[in-house]
Parts: sequence; structure tokens; C-alpha cells
Amino acid sequence: MISTPDFVLVVVIAVLFAGGVYLMLERSLSRVLIGIILVSNGANLLMLVVGGPPGGAPIVGMTPEQEMSDPLPQAMVLTAIVITLGMSAFLLAMAYRSWQLNEHDEVQDDLEDRRLARQAATDQGLRSELGFDGALPATLDEDAAEARDEMALFGEERAEVDWE
Amino acid sequence: MLCSKSTLLVLLLAHAAAALGAPTLVSWLGRRAFLVLALVPGSAAAWALGQTAAVTSGEGPTMTLSWIPALGIDLAFRLDTLSWLMVLLVGGVGALVLVYCSAYFSPASGNLGRFAAFFVGFAGAMLGLVTSDNLVQLYVFWELTTVFSYLLIGHYTTRKSSRRAATKAILVTTAGGLVMLIGIVLIGDLSGTYSITDIVAAPPTGPVAVTAVVLLLVGAASKSALVPLHFWLPAAMAAPTPVSAYLHAAAMVKAGIYLVARLAPGYAGLEAWQLMILVLGGFSLVMGGYQALRQHDLKLLLAYGTVSQLGLLAILLGAGSRATALAGLALLGAHAMFKASLFLVVGLVDAATGTRDLRNLSAIWRRLPVTAVMAALAMASMIGLPPFAGFVAKEAALESLLHGGASPAWLDIALLVAFVAGSVLTVAYGLRLWWGAFATKATIPEIEPVRVIRPPLLLLAPAALLAVGGLAVAVLPGLGDQVLSPYANTYPAGEPGHLTLWPGLTPALVISLGMLAAGVGLFAIRDRVERWQATHQGPLDADNVYRRTLRGLDLFAADLTSLFQRGSLPFYLGIVLLMVVILPGGAMALGTSLPDRISLRGGVPQLLVGALVVVATILTVRSRRRLKAVILTGITGYGTAMLFFLYGAPDLALDQVLVETITLVVFVLVLRRLPAYFSNRPLAADRWVRLGIGIAVAVTVAGFAMVVPQARLEPPVSAALPQEAVAFGGGSNVVNVILVDVRAWDTMGEISVLVAAATGIASLTFLRSRTRDSRRPRDHVPGELPVLGLGDPDPMAPLRRPGTSSGSRSQEWLRGGRTLAPQRRSVVFEVTTRMLYHTMLVFAIWLLFSGHNAPGGGFAAGLITGLALAVRYLAGGRYELAEAAPLHPGLLLGSGLFLATGSGLIPILLGGEVLQTAIFDLTVPLIGEVHLITSTFFDIGVYLVVVGLMLDVLRSLGAEIDRQGEATGHDSDLVGPALEPAPPLRDRL
Repeated sequence: MISTPDFVLVVVIAVLFAGGVYLMLERSLSRVLIGIILVSNGANLLMLVVGGPPGGAPIVGMTPEQEMSDPLPQAMVLTAIVITLGMSAFLLAMAYRSWQLNEHDEVQDDLEDRRLARQAATDQGLRSELGFDGALPATLDEDAAEARDEMALFGEERAEVDWE
Repeated sequence: MLCSKSTLLVLLLAHAAAALGAPTLVSWLGRRAFLVLALVPGSAAAWALGQTAAVTSGEGPTMTLSWIPALGIDLAFRLDTLSWLMVLLVGGVGALVLVYCSAYFSPASGNLGRFAAFFVGFAGAMLGLVTSDNLVQLYVFWELTTVFSYLLIGHYTTRKSSRRAATKAILVTTAGGLVMLIGIVLIGDLSGTYSITDIVAAPPTGPVAVTAVVLLLVGAASKSALVPLHFWLPAAMAAPTPVSAYLHAAAMVKAGIYLVARLAPGYAGLEAWQLMILVLGGFSLVMGGYQALRQHDLKLLLAYGTVSQLGLLAILLGAGSRATALAGLALLGAHAMFKASLFLVVGLVDAATGTRDLRNLSAIWRRLPVTAVMAALAMASMIGLPPFAGFVAKEAALESLLHGGASPAWLDIALLVAFVAGSVLTVAYGLRLWWGAFATKATIPEIEPVRVIRPPLLLLAPAALLAVGGLAVAVLPGLGDQVLSPYANTYPAGEPGHLTLWPGLTPALVISLGMLAAGVGLFAIRDRVERWQATHQGPLDADNVYRRTLRGLDLFAADLTSLFQRGSLPFYLGIVLLMVVILPGGAMALGTSLPDRISLRGGVPQLLVGALVVVATILTVRSRRRLKAVILTGITGYGTAMLFFLYGAPDLALDQVLVETITLVVFVLVLRRLPAYFSNRPLAADRWVRLGIGIAVAVTVAGFAMVVPQARLEPPVSAALPQEAVAFGGGSNVVNVILVDVRAWDTMGEISVLVAAATGIASLTFLRSRTRDSRRPRDHVPGELPVLGLGDPDPMAPLRRPGTSSGSRSQEWLRGGRTLAPQRRSVVFEVTTRMLYHTMLVFAIWLLFSGHNAPGGGFAAGLITGLALAVRYLAGGRYELAEAAPLHPGLLLGSGLFLATGSGLIPILLGGEVLQTAIFDLTVPLIGEVHLITSTFFDIGVYLVVVGLMLDVLRSLGAEIDRQGEATGHDSDLVGPALEPAPPLRDRL
């Protein structure tokens, strides 16, 4: 059952992945998309290669069963191909929208995340400045003095039995 | 009693129903709703009272319902003496406190409905906890009480202090609960059952069992606020006072004690148990009393007093001898009554005077004389004055400790010392409490008389009942002995004890008097004690440790977040990819070896195609021009398709070619609006980093490709698929049968993704409703039909015959052609389109139906139909597209999904499973034999979804971008290289 890997395909897969990852790490959405397409092609080939040795088309009557390639990874790859199409079209629509709004299709940094990082940095500054205890919350006594229930005001309820 | 078994279940359900209905009830009746709700826990107490005789004779009701039989977990309930006592306390005190609530809260106070719901819900959870006979079930109720306690402590959600206290309570108690859960699982695993009765009857032994017991005790300590996990309880005083009286004095904090009492008959002999009970209980008893002496807030004083008393209870119920256990059970009941009563009194004083700080209260006894007397009764029980319940319990405890009963003598002595010290402190802080709340203090001015208002009966009665009850149960002779002994006698060691009101002049009584005197003395020198306490702070404050830990955790989390959450997509992606390299790649490098030989069996064709793909990929990456990059990507795609074909996957090759073509078309449609060149790259150094990551990933993946094929041990699951495809799937194209039959669920999920993608594309592009813009030429009034590109320069105009652009219908090849300016039309393209379009459609349909037996199927057919539509659009513009497919794409997507789902459901009607294939052979007149396979309809559904996606893509990224271009004045034609400014020379390849 053990099959020897196909050297040419291994090289092709590696090159597709290297190029695809390189492009995916860019900021231009259209380059990212091209990277995704390259990686997808590489991944589909990978599925096929690790799925089993090559053979004839898995169609009964056309190829003897012993010589067939494994149909299961093929079915998975088939769906993956069409999904990639859907995703490419979606990313292209995003790139177009980004161009419409910003006149470019670059992925910007998330401002909220950057704000968070800045805040954490100042917090760190605060810690070293005030010492660790500086920001500790209030003590138990202070908290207890603050805790007041929403109690009835008896004066308004004199109508009830004045027992004592 | 009739149906006493299911009564408990009914009671639990009643609590749940009352909790759910409480908000409505409160909105109807206002705070009077508390009186109605008091009936629910009250009925639980009444039920327990009705079972007294049965419980005492050892025939209390039990009930078991099967829950998770595979894990040996049942819903098991039983009412023995210990449970009976707890149900009485939980139900009785719960009902009284609810009555108190009806007068305590202002009618105008907010969120009373929510409060009532949580309160009753808690009472139900507590009832379930104390009647559970299964450890896992007990844990569930245990955590429920934790959650309700959290919600009740945090009742004033707008207050920071209240939220902080609630967080503290839930963190400590759930952490303890989780530790306990580990213990539960360990012990359940060892003994093969989770039934508490069975475990205690035959307790497992060994180091694992000891560990489990220690873990269980940690859980009990966290719940019952034993030192060092006690600090959440004083903080929990942020809760409304009725909550403090019920949860944090009478009921919830007793859960840990209850667990100790449950397990003690089985485990009190363990040395680890004895040590833990001594340390946890002893320290709580002494430290709690010591801390109570220095508090100024009356609730805090009571809270520390509770810590102290809980420590005492842990000692008595955990020590292991029968006599101590009996004393412990008596104190358990007495404490619930006097402590709840005292809390209610403090709430009353607070309500009447507006303060709980004993430094501001003076001569209140004159204003609230009855309240003061009730407080004195409860306090007398707490400090152990005869003839109150507290006295009876403490005498019995002292007696049993003096006689010894627990196995090692050192334990008895240590426990006795802790007991004496704790009792002296209790006397001192008990007196301090009454003095602080009611006594006349020379140094403190009296509160303005108008501010002190007498309380109504509903507020006073619950506190009074609990205080007087402490007297009543003690006075009834032999009562305690009779009802409590059955459980105490399940303890393995020692002589049975006795509860007596007047034991005579025994050594115990002498010691008791001595403790009382010492306590009074300690109270008398309170000023000096307070000053000494102020100057001698303990070195280790558990609360401080908690705060520091939490603060440190916050800072650590913030630092970690800011380190990784940079907001940069490439950064995130880089991290993810590096993880792929490090983790699975590392595992591969360490655990596997490369194959000793590789194959080149693909021969020259594969080598040539492979080389083509490699070169095209490298050129794609280096390309600076969008269009060039896209076309090169297309070449890698076509190359991949050929590799698929050479590998023996014709279906994949077909689909890949089609998808590649369509991707190319769609890319070009969008690229005409984007700049011709990619924007400038930032830094060269960045590029090297990216390249490094790319190569690392590539090496890892190549490693997988080499290693994984070797790893196969078993024949593939698909070995039998070819025969099954023919026999059950009715098709000889195995890949297609897999798609529409074997793994049809996958395909179903996939076409749903396509529907989502299509909808997303349309939503991103259409700024208005997409239904409005599929106008066909005939929808326009003749003469108003817009013509695209009419103003473009047309050097050939003099050569044209006038009128060609809008010629009569018989002269045109495509109807949409009229909407294009003459210089934009291509007769060759229009003629070819006209001739090819229908051929392509027929070919698609043929592929769709032959796909079950030959390469093809719904995906390929849908893609070819999409290509046909694309050709029409490219040749004739957006009006031509509307002419070719006057359908709304949503209709295609929806009906496709519907057909696929529906064809999956039909087999159910035929008695099969979802998506099972049924095969019919019909004889149709004129046509003859028809071989009908239901999965064909599934494939048709797939086809329709793919066509819908294609139509949405063409309409959005083609037609709508055209329309927007026309509307905004941007030309919508393909951007030719000449129209763009020439790129800098270095960027040209």
C-alpha cells in the first residue's frame, strides 16, 4: 500500500506554496488573492499526491479496478476547486469595493487593535511609574461603606402596623 | 406518605417555575410578591417536617432516575437526617427571609423581579444540593448555587464595588468547585459509582483516594469560606442584607460543611483529612473571630463571625467521633437561626437609622427596644448562654472533646485548644455586636430622633421567629437527641453523645463559664484590643494576594494581547504559517524519515508540465503588472489541470480548466477598474522575511508530500467504492457518485457556501437592490436606450454606413449589440457568440446528465453554462447578459439549493435515509426505457447553484461595474496599457 512520492509533483507543490505564501503576506488584496489561488492549486495537488498513487480514471468500465486512482481525494479536491472559485470572486468583489471607497485595494491595519496595543504600553508605563500597588482597587471597608441597599423608607409606611 | 418520592421532584420544579414566574409576579404585585414566593421554600420545609418520623426511623424517601447510565451517573435523591436538617434550614430560613424582603425593599427599588427570581432559583438549587445522592448531580447543583450567589451579590450592577465582590466570590468558589470536580471524578473512578451512599459505605483507599478526598475538601473550603479561601465572604457583604442573611449565613456557605459531614463517616479516619480539618477549621475559627473584633461595619463583623463559626462547624462535623458530630449537627441548626436572625436585625437597624457603622450608632435600644431584645436573644445563642440552642450545642461539643473520641490524642488536644480560643473570641465579638448596634455610647452623639423610625411587623417577625426559635428548640427536651442522633451515629468512632440543656456541674460547664468570663473580659478591654490590632497587621492578607494575582493577570493579558494583536493581517498570517512550520513540521522532522526512493514515473510529459508551472509561478510572483500576474496565474492553473489529468483524475482536470478560464474572465472584469500596476512595495527587508516564511512553508509541505504517502498502513476506504458506486449509486463515474451520493452531505455544505459567496459578491457590489438592474433592451422606451461609448473617438466613422449602429432587428447578431457604440463592437465576436452559445448550453446539459457515468457532472455543466453567459456578456455588454439570462440569480441559487435538499429528502418518503439514492427503471411511451436515479436531481440542484453563482458574478463584477462606471463617468471599457502612465523602467519585466 505504500507509494513512493512523485518527485516532479513534490517540487511543483513546493514552488506553488512558496510563491503563494509570499504573495499572501502582501497588503494588496489582488496580490493576496493570486497568492491564495497559487496555494490552492498546490494544496489540491498535495491532496492528490498524499491520497494515493496515480492510476487510470476512476470510471468503472474504462479502467480496471486495480489500476484506478483513488477517487475519494478527487471528490474532495473537486469541491475545493469550485469553492476556490467562489472565494476568488468574493475577494475580487472586496478588492473592487475597497478601490471604490479608498482608491486602492490595500489591507489596512485594524485601528482598534493598534489602540489596544498603545493602551497596554501606557499601562506598562503606569505600572513602572506608580509601583505595583498603585492601581489596586479599594479596601474592604471602603467598599462596605459604599454598599447601601434600596431600603424602604418607613416614614411613608406609617399606615402599616406600628408594632413597637 | 403518599407519593413522597416524587414530591421532591415536584418541589424542585416548583422552585424552577417560581423563579421563572417571579419577574411577572413582581410586576403585578410589587414587593408583596415576595410573600407569595415565600410559600415555595416554605413548602419544602413543611414537606421535610412531614417526613420527620420516617427520616428518624431511617426510612426517609429516596428516588433514582436514570440520567447518563453509560457513565454511571443517575439523578438520585434521598432524605436522611442530615438532608432533612438542611432542607428545614434552606426552606425555613428561605421563606422567612422572603417575607422580610417584602417589607425591606423600597417599593420603588429597581430590578426586584430579577432579584426575586435569582433568590427563589437559589433556594431550589440549594434544595437539590442537599438532597442529592450522586456526586456529579451534587456538583451541578453546587455550581448552580455559585452562579445564583454571583448574580445576587452583584445585584446592584451599576456599582463597581458590587461587581468586584461578585467576581471575587465566583472566581474563588468556582475555582474550588473545579478542584472538587477533579476529586469527584477520581473518587467515582476508583469506586465505580458516583452514589454518595455507596462511596461512604465502602470508601476506596489508597493514595489516589487520599488525593481525591483532599481535593474535595478544598472545594468545601472554598464554598464554606474557610481560611485561606475565606476572603470572598466579607466582600460578598456588598449583596443586599437579605442575601447575606440567607446565602452567606444560613444556606450556601453551609454547603461545604454539608459535604464535610457527608464524607466524614467514610473518611474521618484519614490522617490527611484530620490534618486538613484541623488547619482549615482551626485557623478559620480563630482568625475569623480575631478579625470580627476589629470590624466597624456591622455586616462585616457578622461576616467574619460567620467565617469563625464555619470553622467551628468544620471541626465538629469533621473530627470523626459520634458525640462531636451530634454537637456539630446541633450547632449547624443553631447557627443558621441565630446568624440569619442577626443579619436581619442588622438590616433592620440599617434601614431604620441609615447606617451600619457602629461608630455612628448610639442608644438605638431606646428607639428599637423589641429589635434590641430579639438581637440579644440571637446573640445569647451565638455566644452560648443557657438555655439557648447555641449553649446546648457547645456544651455537647466541649464534653465530647474533653472525653476524646477522635483517634489520635494530639488531634483532640489541638481541636480543644482551637475550640476554647474561638469560643472566647465569639463571646467578645458577640457582645461587641450588640453593644455596637444598640448600646448607649458616651462618645457618640445620638442619631436625630426623626431619623429612627419603628419597623413594621413584617420586617421584625422573621428575625424574631428565628431568635425565639433558638430558645424553643433548646427547651424542648430530648428533641435534638432523638432527631439528630441517627446521622451522628453513622460516624465510625466514639460513644454516642447527648444533647442536654442542663448537664449538671461538670468540668465542661466550668470551662464554659471560664470561656464566658474571658470573653467578657476581652470585650471590656475592647479599646485596648482595637489599638493593638491596628498596630499589628498580619503579614499575609489573603485578600491582598488575590488582588495582586488578579491585577498581575490583567497586566499579563494586556501585554500578551498587545504583543500579538497588532492589527496587521500579514502579521497574523505570518504567525499562523510559522506555527504550521513549527508544530506539525517539527513533529514531522522529529518523528519521521524521508522515503529512501522517489519516483519519476510521470515521465517526460509530467516533467514538461511541471517545469511550465514552476516557471509561471516564479514569473507571477515577480510580476508588477496586475494583468500579467493574472494571466501567469492562469497558466499555473492550466498546468495544474494537466497534472491532474496525468495523475488519473479527468474530472478534476475538466473542472480546473473551466474554473481557471472563469477566474481569468472575472479577474479581467474587475482589473479594468483597478490600477494597472501593484502599488509600491514598502521595504526590501520585508520581502526577504516573506520569502523566508514562504520557503519554510514550502519545505514543510514538501516534507508532508514525501512522508505522508509512506504512512499508509491499511487499504484505502475507497477500495470497494467502484463496485458500490455501480450497485448502490447507479453510476460508473466513481468521483461523481461520491459527490452526489456517498459524500452528498459535503456537497450540500459546499453549495451552501457557494450561495453565501454569491450573495456576498452581490451585496459588496450592488449599492442598491440587485433586483432592479437586470433591464433588457426592450424594457427601455425606443430611442432612450443608452449606448455605451458613443462619445469615444472613432477614427473609422467616415467609413461606416450611417444607421448601422441601430440597425433593424433582422440585421443584428446579438440584441444587446445596439447598446454598444459601433467602434466597440466586433462582428466576428458577435457571430461566433451567436453560433457557439446554444452549442455550449447543449454541451453543458449533456455533461450534466452523462456525468454519472463519464467525466462531467453538475459542477462542470454549471461552469460551462457560466462561460456561455460570460461570452454573451463580453460580446454584447450588460444588456446582452440580461437578454441571455433574464432571471434573477437568487432564483437560481434558491431553487438549486431547494432541489438538492428536496432530492435528499425524497428517499425518506420512500423509506430510506436522507440523501440515499433510489433507482427506478421506467418505461416511457415514445422514449422507451428510462433509467432514473434520484441523485441526478441532486446534481441538477448543484448545477443550478453554480449557474446562479456565475450569473451573480457576471452581473455584479461585470454589468454592475459597467453601470457604476457609466454613472460616475469612469469609462467601463477594458483599460488598455496605452491609457495608463508608463511604469518606471525598473518595474518592467
